[in-house]
Amino acid sequence: MASTVASAMASAMAPAEAPEVIAVDRLARSYRMGSQVVHALHGVTASVRRGEFVAVMGPSGSGKSTFMNLLGCLDRADGGSYRLDGVEVGGLSSDELAAVRNRKIGFVFQSFNLLPRQTAQANVELPMIYAGQRRTVRAERAVAALAAVGLDHRAHHRPTQLSGGQQQRVAIARALVNDPMILLADEPTGALDSATSLEIMALFQRLNRQGITIVLVTHEPEVARYAGRLLTFRDGHLVGDRRQTPEDAAADAATTGATLDEVVA
Amino acid sequence: MTALDALRSALESLRSSPLRSALTMLGIVIGVAAVIAMVAVGAGARDQVLRQIASLGSNLLLVGQGSVVRAGVKLGAGTASTLIEDDATAIMAEIPGVRVAAPSVRWGLQVVAGNQNWGTALFGLTPDYLDAREWTIVQGRGFSDDDVTQANKVVILGQTVVRNLFGGGNPVGETVRVFSTPLTVIGVLGEKGQNTQGQDQDDVIFVPISTAKRNIPGMAKANPRFVHTIVAKLDDGVDQAEAMRQIRELLRQRHRLASGQDDDFWMRNLSDVSATRDESSRALSFLLAAVAAVSLLVGGIGIMNIMLVSVTERTREIGLRLAIGARRRDILVQFLIESTALSLIGAAIGVLIGVATAALVAHLAGWPTLIQPNSILLAVVVSGLVGVFFGLYPARRAARLNPIDALRHE
Repeated sequence: MASTVASAMASAMAPAEAPEVIAVDRLARSYRMGSQVVHALHGVTASVRRGEFVAVMGPSGSGKSTFMNLLGCLDRADGGSYRLDGVEVGGLSSDELAAVRNRKIGFVFQSFNLLPRQTAQANVELPMIYAGQRRTVRAERAVAALAAVGLDHRAHHRPTQLSGGQQQRVAIARALVNDPMILLADEPTGALDSATSLEIMALFQRLNRQGITIVLVTHEPEVARYAGRLLTFRDGHLVGDRRQTPEDAAADAATTGATLDEVVA
Repeated sequence: MTALDALRSALESLRSSPLRSALTMLGIVIGVAAVIAMVAVGAGARDQVLRQIASLGSNLLLVGQGSVVRAGVKLGAGTASTLIEDDATAIMAEIPGVRVAAPSVRWGLQVVAGNQNWGTALFGLTPDYLDAREWTIVQGRGFSDDDVTQANKVVILGQTVVRNLFGGGNPVGETVRVFSTPLTVIGVLGEKGQNTQGQDQDDVIFVPISTAKRNIPGMAKANPRFVHTIVAKLDDGVDQAEAMRQIRELLRQRHRLASGQDDDFWMRNLSDVSATRDESSRALSFLLAAVAAVSLLVGGIGIMNIMLVSVTERTREIGLRLAIGARRRDILVQFLIESTALSLIGAAIGVLIGVATAALVAHLAGWPTLIQPNSILLAVVVSGLVGVFFGLYPARRAARLNPIDALRHE
C-alpha cells in the first residue's frame, strides 16, 4: 500500500522540506461559449509538497473545478505549465495522460462513481486492470486497499448494498490502489450527511498522516477546517493561500456520537 | 487492459441486462438460423438433383424413335419404326467421342411370379446399355453377349419388381413369366431411386433385346431390326452439342431424309434437363441466402441501436474509466467487444436453432436437408463482422467522450 512507503515521509507535518508533487506556474484555461471567451482560470501559480493536505475553496464559477480538472489531467491548460512529480504534463499525449491518471492520481468524486453491478472488490480492481496487473495481484491488492479503509468484510457487496459512507470508502480504496502521488477529492462529502462526512474526513486525515498527499475541493468551510492548508479561488484567480492547524475529524466525530470503530480500526 | 479482461468486462455488462441482450441478439439469431436452415434446404434439394443426375449416368445422349405422319396426322413418338439396331452400330462406328451406343426396346406389361403379378416396364437391351446407364448388378450376373445372340430367356429385375414379386427375397434362379414365356432371373439391379421426373427407375425388368423381340407378341411386327431408343455415352470432355449435330446428320443420311423433311427421330441430352433443375434450385438457395443476409443486416442495425443507447446510459461509467486511466483505445475495444460478443453469441444460438430447424423440416415436410459446414462458418464470420461494423460507430462515440463532461452526465 501507499502507506508503507509514504509513512517514512512522516514529514507530513513539516512539508516545507518535502519535494514538490504539484507545481503550477501561471496556469490558465479559457473556454469558448458561442462567440464569447470565458476565462475560467487566469494564470494561477501554486505548489503542493508531498504529504500536504490542501483544501481548495471558492464559490461556484471561481475556477476551482477547472483547477481540479487540470490537476487531474482530465483537461489541458492553454497557458502556463503544470509539473506533476517533476514531469511537465502539458506536452504529454492522450495515452500518456491516461497513464498519468492511472498511476499518479487517485480520484474521489462527490457521487462516488462506482460501477453499480460490480462488487466492491471489482470496483477497486478497476484501475489495476488498466495498469495491466495480473488477476491474482489485483485481488490481493484490492482486498488490502479495502482493509485500509475498513471495508475488507464488504468486499463482495455491491454498491447498492452499501451505505453512502461505505460507498465513498470503496471509492477511496479504488483511488489508493495504484499507489498514486496525489489523491484528488472533488466534494467528497457533498452527498453525505454530516456524521458520515466526519467519518470520511477522519479517514482522509488518517491517510494523510500515513503520508498521502491530498487535494480536496469543497465549498463547505466545515470540511475545509480539517485540511492543513487552504487555497481560495475567486473569479479564476487564486486569492488566498494560508496554512492552518487542522481540526481532528475523528475527535469531532466522537463528540457528535458517530461510531468510528470501522474507520480507525 | 488485456483482451481477456476486456472480454470478461464485456460479458459482465451483457449479463447485467439479460433481457435486453437477448432481444438485441434476436435479429442475429433469426438471421443466422435462417441462413443455415435455408442453405440446408437448398443444398438438400440440389444434392437430390445431383444424385438423380448421377443415377442417369453421365454424358448421355438419348436418341428415340420419331413419329409417323400419315395424311398430316402426327402419330406420336415411337410410331415410326425407322430407327434400327444398325443405327446404333453406325453411331458408335462413325461419330468420334461416342464410347457406347446401345439400342433398346421398351414394352409395358405384366410380370408373373408364382401367384404374384406386377405391372412394369420391360426393356430389351444389350450389355452395353447397362454400362452406359451405369446400372450395377447387386445379385447374380449381367447379360453376356451369348444371351443376346442366342436370345436366351433370362431376365434381370429392378429392386421395385423384386420387392413386389418376391417380397425382397433373393430371386436369382427363380422363374418369372411374361406373356406366358418363362424367363430365368439371372440378376438384380442396384437401386437408383427416382429420376428427375419423379419416376421410379427401379420399376423395370431387363431382357436381351433379341429375347424381347422374339417372345413379345406384336413387338417386331413392323420391322425386326427396329429399336425404341439408342443411348449414346460420350467420352469425358466431348462437346455434347457437336456430337448431337453429327449424330443427327448421320441418322438423317441413313434414313434418307430430304433436306426439307422433319427428323423421324428425336434427341435429348439427359444431363441438360437435370442441369436446369440444378440451376433453379441453386437460384432458390441464393434467394433464400439473400433474405437471410437482409435479416443479418437488420440484426446489425438492432445491435447498433442498443449499443448507442448503452453508451448514453453508461456515459458516467465511461467518464470514470477514462479518469482512472483507461485510454480511448481501451474504451473503444470494450464496446467493440461487447457488440461483437452480442452478435457472436447470437450467431451461436442461431446455429443451434438453424440446425434444429433443418432437422425439423426434414422430419416434418420430408424435404431432404443437408447442413453445410461452410454455411455455418460463413454465418458466424459474417455475424462477427456485423458486430464489429455496427459496433464501431457507438464505440467510437464512447471513446471520444470528454471525461469531464462524461463524469458530470446525469
